[in-house]
Amino acid sequence: MTEKTLMKGNEAIAEAALRAGCRHFFGYPITPQTELAAYMSKQMPRIGGTYLQAESEIAAVNMLYGASAAGARAMTSSSSPGISLKTEGISYMAGADLPAVIVNVQRGGPGLGSIQPSQSDYFQATRAMGHGDFYLPVLAPSTVQEMADLTYAAFDMADEYRTPVVILADGLLGQMMEPVIMPEKRDLSTLPAKPWATTGHGHGRAHNIANSLHLDPQKLCEENQERFQRYEVIKGKEVRVETYLTDDADIVVAAFGAAARIVRSAVNAAREKGIRAGLFRPITLWPYPAEALSSLGAEAFLTVEFNMGQMVEDVRLAVNGAAPVSFFGKCGGVIPTPDEVLQQIEQIAEGLGE
Amino acid sequence: MIMAEQLEAVLAGFGGQGVLFAGKVVAYAGLIEGREVSWLPSYGPEMRGGTANCSVTLADDPIGSPLVIHPNALVAMNQPSFEKFLPEMAPDGVVVYDSILITPGEDLKAGCGIPASKIAEEAGLDGLMNIVLVGALWAKMGFCKRETLDEAIDRCVPASKAALIEKNKLALKLGIEAAQ
Repeated sequence: MTEKTLMKGNEAIAEAALRAGCRHFFGYPITPQTELAAYMSKQMPRIGGTYLQAESEIAAVNMLYGASAAGARAMTSSSSPGISLKTEGISYMAGADLPAVIVNVQRGGPGLGSIQPSQSDYFQATRAMGHGDFYLPVLAPSTVQEMADLTYAAFDMADEYRTPVVILADGLLGQMMEPVIMPEKRDLSTLPAKPWATTGHGHGRAHNIANSLHLDPQKLCEENQERFQRYEVIKGKEVRVETYLTDDADIVVAAFGAAARIVRSAVNAAREKGIRAGLFRPITLWPYPAEALSSLGAEAFLTVEFNMGQMVEDVRLAVNGAAPVSFFGKCGGVIPTPDEVLQQIEQIAEGLGE
Repeated sequence: MIMAEQLEAVLAGFGGQGVLFAGKVVAYAGLIEGREVSWLPSYGPEMRGGTANCSVTLADDPIGSPLVIHPNALVAMNQPSFEKFLPEMAPDGVVVYDSILITPGEDLKAGCGIPASKIAEEAGLDGLMNIVLVGALWAKMGFCKRETLDEAIDRCVPASKAALIEKNKLALKLGIEAAQ
C-alpha cells in the first residue's frame, strides 16, 4: 500500500504501528481514539497478533508492561482521562526501562471533560506521565501523514533508548481524513535484538528481570542517573521541529499539533496583509526544540494552543526574556479560528509598530 | 459553472442520510487528481439521530485548518442544517439542497434546490439522495473532472457492496442533470 489513500488519523496510527512490527495491542474504548482500537481489533487477528480489550485502562497498561518485558513491540492508546489511569503503569515502565508506544488522542479536560479536541495534556505528557524522576519522548503529529510516520518512528526510538514513547495527538487529528502514504512493512527479522528481555533461555544465561523496585537508594540513584545520561543522548539526536516563513519573521507564532494548522492559515493571512509572521512547530515536545526557537531573532512571540496556556511555559524558558511572549488559546474542546489568531498577530504587529 | 480554486465545503443533514459518505466521495475526487485534501466529520453525541456534518477542503496548497467555518459550498439535507450553515457562507458561495425536505427562507438569494430525495426514490436509488446532491454540487462547482467523480465512487464503495457502484454513478448523473 505505497498508494496514496484517504485515512482517518486514528486508523493511520494503527496501520503504521502494524507496519512497524507491533503485534500486541492492549486497549479500552474511549472517544475520540476508538477507531484506532477498532482498526487493531480487525487487523491483529489477520496477521497473528494480539488485540486485547482489557477490563480497564489500568489492566491494559500492565499488559503492555508484560508484553514489552517479553521483548514484543507493543502499544496502547487512549484519550485524556484514560491516559491518567495508565500513568501508574507508565511510570513503572519508565523505571523498568521498557519500550512501548503510548498514544493519547486528547479531549477536553480536566476530569471526564468533553469529547472534543484539546491539547490540555501537554503538561502531563512532557512533565509527569506518572510519579518519579523521568521523561518520555513526546511526538506531536500535525497531519495524518505524520500520525503514520511518527508512530512508525516511535517504535524504533522506544527500542533504541529503552523507554516508552508518547504520541500526543488530539480528536481533530484522530477523526479527520487526509491522503497518506504508508511506510513499508517492517521485516520482523530486522527488529533490534533485546538481550534484556525476560524470555525463556533454558538456563543458558543469568535470568533477566524487568523491575522498577530498588530498595537500595544508592542503586536507585545510579539507575536514575544512567537514565538521565540516555536523555542527554535523546536531546542531542532526536529533536524535531518544522519552521514556516520564520527566516524574516518579526512575529513568530509557536504552536504544535492541530493548533499549528490553524496558525499556518493565520500566518498566510497575516503575510497577505504585509505582516511578517512565521510559524514555529515543535514536533518533539520533549525534548523541546529550545535552541531552534531561541535562535530565531523575532521581535515578539505568540503561543497558540487548545488549552489555557501550557507549552507557552517552554516557549518562555527558551526565549528567556529576549522578546515578549504572549499566549492565545481556547480550551475544553473549543477550537480557535484562523481569524481569531490573525487578530492576535495584528495586535502584536500594531504594538511593534509603535 | 464556476471553478473554485479551493473548495471549502460543508455537507450537513441528519445522521443516517449519508452526509459523511457524500463528503468522502468529494474528498476522493480531490485525492485522485493529486490535490491537497482534508475531510473532517463532526463527532459526538449529536451523531445519534441528530444532525451530522463534515467539512471537506480541496486545495492546491497545504491545508491549514481542516474545519470549514465559512464554506463556499454547502450541501444541505435537512432544514436545521440549512438554517445553521447558510448564514456562515462565504460571499458567492454555492448552496445545494433537497427541495423536498427543505423550505428556503427569503434570505436565500441564489441556491440550487433540487428534489433529490424524490429523484432518488423514483429511480429506485433508495438512500442515495446524498449522491444525487453531490452530482448537483459538481454541476454548480465543477470541483473535478467529470470522469473523476465516477472514479471516486469506485474508490469509496467497499468491495462488499460493489453492487451499489452503478447505482451511485446513476445518482451522480441524475443529480447533475437536475442541477443543469
